[in-house]
Amino acid sequence: MREGRPAIFYWLALFFAAYVLFLYGPMIAIFVLSFQGPEGGLTFPLNGLSLHWFSDLIAGGGIVDIGGAFRRSLVLGLTVMLATIVISVLAGLAYRKKFFGQTILFYVAVASLIVPSIVTSLGIALEFRFLDDAVKAYGPAWLSEGYTTAMGLFTSGLGAHLTWTLPFGLLIMFAIFNRFDKRLEEAARDLGATPWQTFRHVVGPIILPSLIGIGLFGFTLSWDEIARSSQAIGELNTLPLELKALTTTVTTPEIYALGTLTTGVSFLVITLSLGLFTWLRARRMRHGSNAGSGLV
Amino acid sequence: MAALAAETPSGQAPGGFFARFTAPALPGWLQAAPLAIVFGLFFVLPLIFVTVVSFWDYNDYEIIPSFTVRSYVETFEGCIDQFPDLCTILQTYVSTLKFCIIVWASTLVIGFTVAYFLAFHVRSLKWQIALTLLCTIPFWTSNVIRMISWIPLLGRNGLVNDALVSLHLVREPVGWLLYSQFSVVLAFIHLFTFFMIVPIFNSMARIDHRLVEAAYDAGASGWQTLWNVVIPLSKPGIVIGSIFVVTIVMGDFVTVGVMGGQQIASAGKIISTRLDALQFPPAAANAVIVLGITLVIINLLTRLVDIRREL
Repeated sequence: MREGRPAIFYWLALFFAAYVLFLYGPMIAIFVLSFQGPEGGLTFPLNGLSLHWFSDLIAGGGIVDIGGAFRRSLVLGLTVMLATIVISVLAGLAYRKKFFGQTILFYVAVASLIVPSIVTSLGIALEFRFLDDAVKAYGPAWLSEGYTTAMGLFTSGLGAHLTWTLPFGLLIMFAIFNRFDKRLEEAARDLGATPWQTFRHVVGPIILPSLIGIGLFGFTLSWDEIARSSQAIGELNTLPLELKALTTTVTTPEIYALGTLTTGVSFLVITLSLGLFTWLRARRMRHGSNAGSGLV
Repeated sequence: MAALAAETPSGQAPGGFFARFTAPALPGWLQAAPLAIVFGLFFVLPLIFVTVVSFWDYNDYEIIPSFTVRSYVETFEGCIDQFPDLCTILQTYVSTLKFCIIVWASTLVIGFTVAYFLAFHVRSLKWQIALTLLCTIPFWTSNVIRMISWIPLLGRNGLVNDALVSLHLVREPVGWLLYSQFSVVLAFIHLFTFFMIVPIFNSMARIDHRLVEAAYDAGASGWQTLWNVVIPLSKPGIVIGSIFVVTIVMGDFVTVGVMGGQQIASAGKIISTRLDALQFPPAAANAVIVLGITLVIINLLTRLVDIRREL
């Protein structure tokens, strides 16, 4: 690059700043408005400052079971996060070797990312309907008696979320292993390490910071997921589904308070992940290895 | 993270407990099995069910497993009678495609400009990471919240209308800012430009900066360099980003629902409306149609790239 800033730099910087303002501006507006006074409405100006709408929200407000939805989303998000990390790492390791059907599996993963979510969701709903019908018709008595549905948060819901998070996890694993120096493993093997020891002491520590990235995607994508969950979550809704339902019924700043709370959880997770990532990288630097510099 | 911790109890000495059991490396197919099982059970099989059910019959309360094209016929009902006027389903698809084109063009221009700034004009890696992160953080927060956050700005008493009225640009607040086609498009751009930025930035980051230098040395203007060097080399990223944006808009029902005030039809919304009425076969038929159109568009987009590569 040439010395000095060309004029175009300032125009582009201005454009970028405008884009960032466009991204964050509206969100900041609802954060401010969620502290609206009890008499305040959905728009500016602020009618005093209060935590009124937050306390309304936590008290339940008689609308929906927000606390329950919050807990369900949190537990599901954490489960999806763990499953995404484990399955992605295993698959990432598999793709470093040759195995039967690896090209097809890759295309299936990419397809899962681009097939419209509502289609996948509908398919899962149908699948579980058939499963339920089959169990009611042919299942043993101890199972079919009082049986209603196999559909639920940790069956169809978990599966639906994984079809969304795993392609991201797999692509991140590819990015990690593309930059991975294979000689480190060879060196470990030459020194007599078993495959497990090589993973435990060489590969694992190197890819560890990047796994935070996969976990971050796993949790946040699940925490905010709507389209895939819409048909496949069963009786009890997750938080984003409740939130979507509220957009048509609630006309008070309570919905902003819920938005602020949900975004707060997202930001907490993002901050923790980035902090952990930086800390792990710094620790690795201190130990003197710069191999396989991570993603994110 | 925690998964790794579970596999590796702390304080495990080299050659410890696990080493004895896992001496041979696990075969690749076994390591890939969990991924294959999840996609098989929750993606491939469901898609097959969708296709099959779209050809089944139904009544008010159940699906009847007998072959019929009733759902497809009903979906296109009246299309021939009303010709040359567009029937409801075709109007919906025309409107969805219109959204697709507007959103695609807007996100492409914005995404390309932002990616170009990040890749070619931000010089230090630290700033590059920080600014990329700044664009990524909203992606990790809820879409619905990002949608409703437009209400205080675009509503009848919102900031934009207040400003327009106080500047005497309009006499009374304008109504088309919110719950309109405009707000749907705005929300799409707001939510999904990220899907353009990432792949385009990724392609641009791989461009050898010496090529740009060479073009400059050979006397190319900034625009010529952009048009003849940067854009052709960014094409894979542009196509990947375009595929993401187009498929999201094609299948969307949440954004159109919330930002259109539940008044605007879209291809994805037909499916969700049918599902709300528990009419699974027509919903499945519409899903197959959406999927088919999406695949055709993706096919066209990928061809665009390959043709370019051959030229």
